[in-house]
Amino acid sequence: MIDWIHSLSPSQQFAFFSAVKVLCAFAVLMFMVAYVVLLERRVCAFMQDRLGPNRAGPFGLLQPLADAIKAFLKEDFTPGHVRKAFYWLAPGLVMMPAIINVAVIPFGSTLGGQRMVIADLNVGILYTFGIVSLGVYGIVLAGYAANSKYPFLGGIRSSAQMISYEIALGLSVVPLFLLVGSLNLSDVIGYQSGGFHHWLVFQQPLAFAIFLGAAFAETNRLPFDLPESEQELVGGYNTEYSSIRFALFFMGEYANMILASAMLVTLFFGGWTLPVFGLDQPATTLLGGLAHIAIFLAKLCGFVLLFIWVRWMLPRFRHDQLMNLGWRRFVPLALANIVVTAAWLWLKA
Amino acid sequence: MILKRKALTWWERLYLPALIGGFRVTLRHFFRKKLTLQYPEEKWVVPEGYRGAPYLVRDPEGNTKCVSCQLCEFVCPPKAIKITPPGPTGPVADRPNAEKMPREFEIDMLRCIFCGLCQEVCPEEAIFLMDTYSLNGLSREEMVFNQEKLLALGGTHVGIQKWQHKLDEAKAQEDFPIGT
Repeated sequence: MIDWIHSLSPSQQFAFFSAVKVLCAFAVLMFMVAYVVLLERRVCAFMQDRLGPNRAGPFGLLQPLADAIKAFLKEDFTPGHVRKAFYWLAPGLVMMPAIINVAVIPFGSTLGGQRMVIADLNVGILYTFGIVSLGVYGIVLAGYAANSKYPFLGGIRSSAQMISYEIALGLSVVPLFLLVGSLNLSDVIGYQSGGFHHWLVFQQPLAFAIFLGAAFAETNRLPFDLPESEQELVGGYNTEYSSIRFALFFMGEYANMILASAMLVTLFFGGWTLPVFGLDQPATTLLGGLAHIAIFLAKLCGFVLLFIWVRWMLPRFRHDQLMNLGWRRFVPLALANIVVTAAWLWLKA
Repeated sequence: MILKRKALTWWERLYLPALIGGFRVTLRHFFRKKLTLQYPEEKWVVPEGYRGAPYLVRDPEGNTKCVSCQLCEFVCPPKAIKITPPGPTGPVADRPNAEKMPREFEIDMLRCIFCGLCQEVCPEEAIFLMDTYSLNGLSREEMVFNQEKLLALGGTHVGIQKWQHKLDEAKAQEDFPIGT
């Protein structure tokens, strides 16, 4: 195996290792999606003084498997009144952006001489925002394709919400890149090494708050889950869906949540670094590389838990409150933050 | 009464008090004792007077209390009870002071609505709604309980025995010393 890898040309080696990393990252993402669903159900049950699913396997650990089997074996029903092409396309479009975006997240330093990022783009964050903005198409198309009123309302709400909050999301990270001086996510992590006070969450708390709020809105999680509000929209854009297509919407939502957590960790919480025991420098040993991946995943899980916790803690915003918060609070604050940061950097220089 | 809506203070408008309050509530509930009853392993205590499945009971001597009067059959709203009376040629009651007992007594548990009218109407206190809340079977035939099954499930009932004092009186009269 080692000899065979050494016999490849550098470009072949690059292709081989990229393929391996893609496979691993995809597998880990899908695994996490499955278990975040279980985590959400258990955590929400505990907050409601219940136990949650604990029957399939020890502590209910096989529940995701049971859910997946159920979703796959259910009849794949297409209602007669839907617009078929869009109806089939929409669940995939919801799922896709989250998976594509994993490519630019540095999920570790190095492991056996390989950098633990699939594509170390120098426009990493722009790529992320570009792909994230595609996410709205899946939901809007689902609402449009369903050809009935509640999904349609859900789709409209979602487009209004996601477009508004994308602006706040984009503006909130500009000060970060003024500080770091690069759009490359690996450079952002490098800037944050060398002490907790280097973490951008402590240098840019306002940017973090805006980004966090906007991330909740972008992933359609409570308190901003207006596109799929069960009470008034019967589930919103996914009302007409069933079986594995419905499950794809669900998986898309959770994959987006994991991705948003990964972005939060990378941008504000030092990514795979930890400023103790020299863990903030790229690893030289195999063990160190694994430790970095573990640190990244631990931070990621922390944020996923925050997403879940907030969902069962806060009631939903009204639509006008949502728009108010997005356009009249977040956007001006983010703009002010950019100006202040730029002025401060200019004065310091 | 008109309640003035108070304007929110600057601190409240920051949304932080709501966040902190929500976090405190959820955290408290997270570690609270869970109310879930893990059903097949843990069972709930059936309260007194619960209307479960109706069964027939025997008196302390082990005799059938039912006298086949068919009042329950008549009163039963969903017509779940079917009694076959003995008729003039059938078997006599297995206890003294009772004219007859049913040849067959069937309750279709799929039809029964657990209303308790049979229990209320029974002059002999022979049928009771007991604490069985989980009735299940694999076929419709299996869910029609016959007399034997109903009596076995009902067990013995130490309630009033309507004709017991008549029996005692008759016995006392027979034993009364006359002309000695």
